[in-house]
Amino acid sequence: MIAELGLAALWLAAALAALQLVAGALALREGGAELAALVRPAAIVQGFLAGFSFLMLLVLFAQTDLSVKLVAMNSHSEKPMIFKLSGSFGNHEGSMLLWVTVMALAGALIAAVERRLPEKTMLATLAAQSFVGIGFYAFLLLSSNPFERLPVPALEGMGLNPLLQDIGLVFHPPTLYVGYVGLSVAFSFAVGALLTRQVTPDFARAMRPWVLGAWIFLTLGITAGSYWAYYELGWGGWWFWDPVENASLMPWLAATALLHSASVLASRDALRTWTIMLGVVAFSMSMVGTFLVRSGILTSVHAFAVDPERGTFILGLLVIYIGGALLLFALRAGTISEGERFSVTSREGALVFNNVMLSAILGIVLLGTLYPLLTEAFDVRVSVGPPYFNPVGAIFVVPMLLVMAVGPLLRWRKDSLTRIRLPIAIIGGALLAALILVSLLSSVSILPLLGLVLSIGLAIASFMPIRGRKLRLLPIATWGMMIAHFGIAVALFGMASESAFSEETLAAVEVGGSADVGDWNVVLTEVRPTAGPNWTALEGRMMVSYKGGDAKEIDPQSRNFWAPPQETTESALVTRWNGQLYAVIGRQAGEGRWQLRLWWKPFVTFIWYGGMLVALGGLLALIGRLMADLKRRSIKSRVAGRRAETAV
Amino acid sequence: MIRWTLWVPLALFLLFCGVAAYQLTQPKDEFIASTMIGQPLPEFDLRAASADRPGLATRDLRDGQPRLLNVFASWCIPCIAEAPQLEALRRQGADIAAVAIRDKPEDVARFLANYGNPYSRIGADDLSELQLAIGSSGVPETFVIDGQGVIRYQHIGDIRASDVPVLLQKLAEAK
Amino acid sequence: MMLSKCLFAAMSVFLAAAAIPALAQDSMPPAPYAYNQLADPEQEAKAQDLMETLRCLKCQSQSIADSDAPMAGDMRHQVRSRIAQGEEPEAIRAWLVARYGDYVSYAPTVSETTWPLFAVPLLLVLLAAIILWRRLRARS
Repeated sequence: MIAELGLAALWLAAALAALQLVAGALALREGGAELAALVRPAAIVQGFLAGFSFLMLLVLFAQTDLSVKLVAMNSHSEKPMIFKLSGSFGNHEGSMLLWVTVMALAGALIAAVERRLPEKTMLATLAAQSFVGIGFYAFLLLSSNPFERLPVPALEGMGLNPLLQDIGLVFHPPTLYVGYVGLSVAFSFAVGALLTRQVTPDFARAMRPWVLGAWIFLTLGITAGSYWAYYELGWGGWWFWDPVENASLMPWLAATALLHSASVLASRDALRTWTIMLGVVAFSMSMVGTFLVRSGILTSVHAFAVDPERGTFILGLLVIYIGGALLLFALRAGTISEGERFSVTSREGALVFNNVMLSAILGIVLLGTLYPLLTEAFDVRVSVGPPYFNPVGAIFVVPMLLVMAVGPLLRWRKDSLTRIRLPIAIIGGALLAALILVSLLSSVSILPLLGLVLSIGLAIASFMPIRGRKLRLLPIATWGMMIAHFGIAVALFGMASESAFSEETLAAVEVGGSADVGDWNVVLTEVRPTAGPNWTALEGRMMVSYKGGDAKEIDPQSRNFWAPPQETTESALVTRWNGQLYAVIGRQAGEGRWQLRLWWKPFVTFIWYGGMLVALGGLLALIGRLMADLKRRSIKSRVAGRRAETAV
Repeated sequence: MIRWTLWVPLALFLLFCGVAAYQLTQPKDEFIASTMIGQPLPEFDLRAASADRPGLATRDLRDGQPRLLNVFASWCIPCIAEAPQLEALRRQGADIAAVAIRDKPEDVARFLANYGNPYSRIGADDLSELQLAIGSSGVPETFVIDGQGVIRYQHIGDIRASDVPVLLQKLAEAK
Repeated sequence: MMLSKCLFAAMSVFLAAAAIPALAQDSMPPAPYAYNQLADPEQEAKAQDLMETLRCLKCQSQSIADSDAPMAGDMRHQVRSRIAQGEEPEAIRAWLVARYGDYVSYAPTVSETTWPLFAVPLLLVLLAAIILWRRLRARS
């Protein structure tokens, strides 16, 4: 019954999306007020229905209803409850349902709260949102029905990939999804604005909070995903330039560029077409990423769950939505005037520079990810990995970071570098000092060296905008920007330090034996079997001490799951302020000895602290913007109220 | 702003769609082919992998007679599946030398006892050294080696019944 | 054994089937240098740098430096023992590329098939310069 309720709600939601599209489109063409009045309620009810449908899927997974195919394929009665729930989106159909749910909820939210857009643009935006939504509803209902019943209920479920039975993975996918799909709002806004040709600062101000919201979730999702890969995969790597990772990075890069260009449009009425383009590109990257991963077209990623039919369907959606939006852009963008002009040395100048750099980085990541696909069409197989992405990306990242340090100090429209010569001198001095210090202390290769030096310079520069201003009067949004920029510096420092100073020890150790890594001493005191709800494991008990200090116990495991059968390594981490000890117990090495893998990774945690700071900065900026909006709105209504009074 | 630049994004996107659509219609080829076809075998001398067959060295494959070189392992499940086809190849006159990857003699012996022994020689490659040297990326794989010890053909994956005539043909061409 | 890397689960969680179960496992101990470092730290660093840029042939999208697949272990052994014998990292890479093609190396070099990987960034630099010049020129 629950499955049928969920499916019915989904069909109804799809029907409402169709209603929303037709009513919106007709209202735009013919201008019927009754039709226009239908659009907002339709969007809101659609959101509720999609949300309800997803709730039903959660209930099915919670109950482990094995008469539902999806549950039988991806769950198991013995799994802990939290992983039963996360299993609902741990598969193709469920995650697609999450996708449309987030999309419908975002549409409902615009309909409910957005009041700044001109009515026509608003109608066009909601119509665009439902147009995109319909495609994904169709995909879900016609080829990936999550509520499908089995003719005969299964006796037991097949379980969820053990690698994914991890607490980090309970929160990481929904977070990332809110980010990916949240960008659909920017897409719909951009299409709406192209349809009505109303690209104004007000439009940018209306779009900005939505982009910011999606971007915060994307940032958190990527940060969490990176940390999960780091501790769960058992080799201490935190970013592999894997196509799946790149698929999450690309929308983030586009959204970051969009945020900045939208703020130029909002403050200075410049960069109109550029902002529209980025609005289209950001969500397009989400969709392209989804296509790449789900169609299995990139052979380098997991080949088993692929389905050419699904791939064809998604490709069709891409052609309609991305192709349609780009066509509209090509036809309309020429008729949108360029907007205000500005000088090279100005806040806009710096933002434009960084926008171009971000777009170039996006181009590199896209090229590196897709290139193997292109050569495969000619039967040539190549691999593109870190040795390509790191140096080639750095060509654009380094100038971007330098401009990022100075940009926030510049005034809008026109400024001169001589006005800010003091802060530039301080930043330059910090860069030089860091360069000398780092190169004297150790021999570090060029990229990590650049990373360390630039991160120190940027960290100092990011708080320079405080200079000469009253702290109390500084807008919250400015604090947000400074903290986000500082977060980038912190993360960069972590990355560079991990790459430059990590120490590794691989050792075969018998029980009672010890090994050293960095300033740590690790003693293997015991290896014993242990068991969890759906796994058994060998656990290595280790006493670890830093620089001869107090010993601390850690217990890395090598786990064997039985449904499905698979071995995973559970690393054990000891976090200090200045880094992390990473310990893994591997296979038996013969003669009663065990393979230990140990790493000391100085400041590695800064990578994820940095990511969280970036997200926090985004949150502050969002709060600041929303508060400013509320204030503006209440002033407006007070003025309107006073006018009404005087009229009486 | 030059107007044609506005069409560039659409053009690039359509190019991507074209490539993607083409790739969707192509069968997925997960195999990494060796780029050693036409190259002579490297020098090696492997100990015997089982008690009842001699080991394998480069000189054994340079005696003028073309051979199949089967890369297998007792722990490899598709290797069990291809055992009858190897037997069929042997019956039709192919001389099959083999390399057992990362295998213990007792395991090899048990495998041969269970699934048949079509091999004339079996070398043991404990560190996958020969495997790496000939560009093989997994088990099972079957190479055609001509009489001069030059690699002529590579078959990746288990041998199906339909592959048998192809391998015999390649073997005949290697004469 | 984690043959398959399920990174970025939000997109790959539904690829649960991709995780290859630990069925086909040989009983041999790992190769000597699969899980042991070279005594000379300088040589080990060289080997490590190289291993991080070589692709594991059995595990889709991982370098041999972070895979538990036995073949990756054997490749690590191959790399470490060759480095120990004084071979240059790039020579070892070339040796592997001669056997498996460009696929085995994560570090593409300029060649007939890979030149666009390097031409496009140059083009992007040029394009960025042109865009910036057009946007920022005479805007004072």
